[in-house]
Amino acid sequence: MTMTNTFVLHAIINGEEREFLADQRDSLLEALRERAGIRGPKEGCNNGNCGACSVLLDGRLVNSCLVMAAEVEGAEITTVEGIATPEGLDPIQQAFLEEAALQCGICTPGFIVATRALLEENPHPTEEEARFWLAGNLCRCTGYDKIIRAVLKAADQKGS
Amino acid sequence: MVATDKPAYRVVGTRPIRPDGTDKVTGRAAFGADIKLEGMLYGAILRSPHAHARVRRIDTSKAEALPGVFAVATNADFPRVESGSLNIGEGTANPVWLIDNLLAGEKVLYHGHAVAAVAAVDQHVAEDALQLIDVEYEVLPAVVDVREAMLDTAPILHDDLRTAVRAAGVPAAPDRPTNIALHMRLEKGDLEAGFADADVVIEREYETSMFHQGYIEPQNGSAWWDQDDNITIWTSVQGSFNTRDQLAAVLKVDPSRIKVVPMEIGGGFGGKNPIYLEPVAAILSRKSKRPVKMWMSRDAVFLATGPTSATYSRVKIGAKRDGTFTAASAYLAFEAGAYPGSPVGAGAQCAFAPYSIPNQTVDGFDVVVNGPKTAAYRAPGAPAAAYAVEATINELAEMLQMDPMDVRLKNASREGTTNAVGAPWPTIGAEAVMQAVKNHPHYTSELQGEDVGRGVALGFWFNGGMESSGTASVQADGRVSLILGTVDIGGSRASMAMQLAEVLGLTMDDVNPHVVDSDSVGYNATTGGSRVTFQGGWVMHDLGMAIRQQMQARAAAMWDVSPDDVEYHDGYIAGPNEVSGTPRRLSFKEMAAKLPATGGLITVSATSRRNTQGPAFAGHIVDLKVDRETGKVQILRYTAVQDVGTAIHPSYVEGQIQGGAVQGIGMALSEEYVYDDQGHLRNASFLDYRMPVANDLPMIDVQMVEVPNPGHPFGVRGVGEVPIVPPQAAIRNALKDAIGVNFYRTPVSPRVILDELLPKD
Repeated sequence: MTMTNTFVLHAIINGEEREFLADQRDSLLEALRERAGIRGPKEGCNNGNCGACSVLLDGRLVNSCLVMAAEVEGAEITTVEGIATPEGLDPIQQAFLEEAALQCGICTPGFIVATRALLEENPHPTEEEARFWLAGNLCRCTGYDKIIRAVLKAADQKGS
Repeated sequence: MVATDKPAYRVVGTRPIRPDGTDKVTGRAAFGADIKLEGMLYGAILRSPHAHARVRRIDTSKAEALPGVFAVATNADFPRVESGSLNIGEGTANPVWLIDNLLAGEKVLYHGHAVAAVAAVDQHVAEDALQLIDVEYEVLPAVVDVREAMLDTAPILHDDLRTAVRAAGVPAAPDRPTNIALHMRLEKGDLEAGFADADVVIEREYETSMFHQGYIEPQNGSAWWDQDDNITIWTSVQGSFNTRDQLAAVLKVDPSRIKVVPMEIGGGFGGKNPIYLEPVAAILSRKSKRPVKMWMSRDAVFLATGPTSATYSRVKIGAKRDGTFTAASAYLAFEAGAYPGSPVGAGAQCAFAPYSIPNQTVDGFDVVVNGPKTAAYRAPGAPAAAYAVEATINELAEMLQMDPMDVRLKNASREGTTNAVGAPWPTIGAEAVMQAVKNHPHYTSELQGEDVGRGVALGFWFNGGMESSGTASVQADGRVSLILGTVDIGGSRASMAMQLAEVLGLTMDDVNPHVVDSDSVGYNATTGGSRVTFQGGWVMHDLGMAIRQQMQARAAAMWDVSPDDVEYHDGYIAGPNEVSGTPRRLSFKEMAAKLPATGGLITVSATSRRNTQGPAFAGHIVDLKVDRETGKVQILRYTAVQDVGTAIHPSYVEGQIQGGAVQGIGMALSEEYVYDDQGHLRNASFLDYRMPVANDLPMIDVQMVEVPNPGHPFGVRGVGEVPIVPPQAAIRNALKDAIGVNFYRTPVSPRVILDELLPKD
């Protein structure tokens, strides 16, 4: 077994300084899931079309499958695991629960991270703005209706 | 709400937060690919670049020699098994074909067919190893179209396949190779006389594309074949038990040696009934003596896991001037993919189900082609059949100058009229749904604007029973641990806990549901067929009643009264007053606290095989606008009316209906498999297989009609499948209204619309 392709990656993940071995060929998604044990980001397509692997990279919403792990040295990364606080769920998470905005739940981590990014940029989106922002996140179960309702509800509650 | 005699429930019909919700919004829920085992290897699969080829030779020696590779597997590593019929959840399969589909034998039968597998120290090494496997193919001509595959001149996939004929009066098929696996027929009445009696007869033909279930979580499977020859499988499939049984058949291992641990499942829609990776991971684990984890890439999901059948159909309907149907016939040819087993039988039964037609014949053909083996997909077979029938009825309504809902109401199936196989319907909501569509403010509203149109269509699905089991333990703190074996694909922990709470007079939070592995609970059939809340509801009823009876008996013994004098009501156990006149009354919680000292905690198990159905009907109304510049169709308004029996958790019932409708919208407008003439799939990605996204859609309005199912303690009918049935025809009918064009194939993509609208040279 050869380990010649590995390197030590340093990153702040969900507020915690982490260092771990990754492979030069790892995407950020692979490094998070298979090396760092952070499995909230999901692999749905591995080519940037489904959004299930959405994370915030230095505050910017990215598909972690399209970022190489080697590119994120020293970066700050927020995954779905970093959305709730020790005090409790974020209003986005609470709204997803109350509105029944998930069925199987595989796309939910990506939607919650993408919604966090949306509300930071646009705290009071219209329905149309929410639909366009979330067009990069696929959900096959819900038909999006209840997700959009949850996003608008979370915006209302965060704003008040 | 149509039914007014619904009992006053305390829990059923409310909208509590689901028990597994927090795990799923915080990223803690563990799905199949989230498993991490000590010493785990990563598996990967080499797939065929050809749609049809003989496998001359596979040389794996270079891959085996690569550092970091621990095992390589091919078809030769599977045991030889007997031909037969094996339950795979929502359908059956021949174990010989199952194995050949897992890793190809003598031939590859579709682009993406699995050929060999490796297990290596990580994913990258595994992928490197695949490139070192040398396969020699003899490429054969391929056939990917159902009608071409039925021709005598077509390339033959299976030399030993003969047509099974299940049609009265049709002679046996000749003893020569064919791609037609089955010709079946459903008949009632006198078709010729029925058509002769008609004032108007209409006949049309239709095609539908292959559509994929499109679950966001790719297939996965991890295996540990241990030193004692016990096998543990971690996977996200719809049925743990049918997965276990499929594994046992293809590995020739006793089922009791296989434990399937159901991980959270990221969507299935029927497509996660068959197994793809689990047996391969098991063989790699046996050879490497390490646990092996596998998951599919998205292109592999499209290439090699079950889409639904592409279909060709012809529908003929005869009617009197007043709209009464006198006769109807349908010819349905369904692609099965590489191995027999399309859902044409179900399609044949569903085609005319909403209507009472005295004289009726449906011919169905199951046809193999060089594509992935089709799998169940949400109301398998019904969407394509209903599309053809509902489109034809709309054209018929136009010919008769009748409102399309009036024609349907005139012929509605009712309790006592007969279905396609001549059996009388039980209490059904077909007419109630049609009436609700006709009276809906959406349907009665005026539609204004250019290039806008409105369409309606109906749909039917059976909703099956099959088998469920569960175990409940009353804890001394007054909560109930509930052990389930049906995989929770979209809220069934909630619907189970709510039904048990209702029986016991508790709240949902008093019930603590767990989905456990196949060794830890009685047999459970698959999560499919819209059966889980239905059959599981019966189990909850039986568990709850058994707990009530035992609690009553304990109280009777404690009070020294006859059990017959103890009642259970609304979560309280009550006996005759004491001599002093003091009432004897204990809450469930108070009684639970007394259990340890009065004979111990109570644990009960139940299995239910109520083999009844909860037939359900849906009617959809759609308004849309066509953009003449781009061919893009914008859905302006969408209303889904559905008989749901009783909605246990209305939010999740609405969610099923909205999700099903949107999958149907994708079929109608944008989703399709694109093969070239060599049988290569050209669009195996979410970018090119275009599923609806959030900004394609409006809110999906739901009107639940509740006609309780008399065959269920809470009146449950299944809800998940029928909403995918009406959209293709409803949208097609709206397109006719908008731009005056009748389309006869789905999807009606922008290119198809522009072909009609742009001036022809």
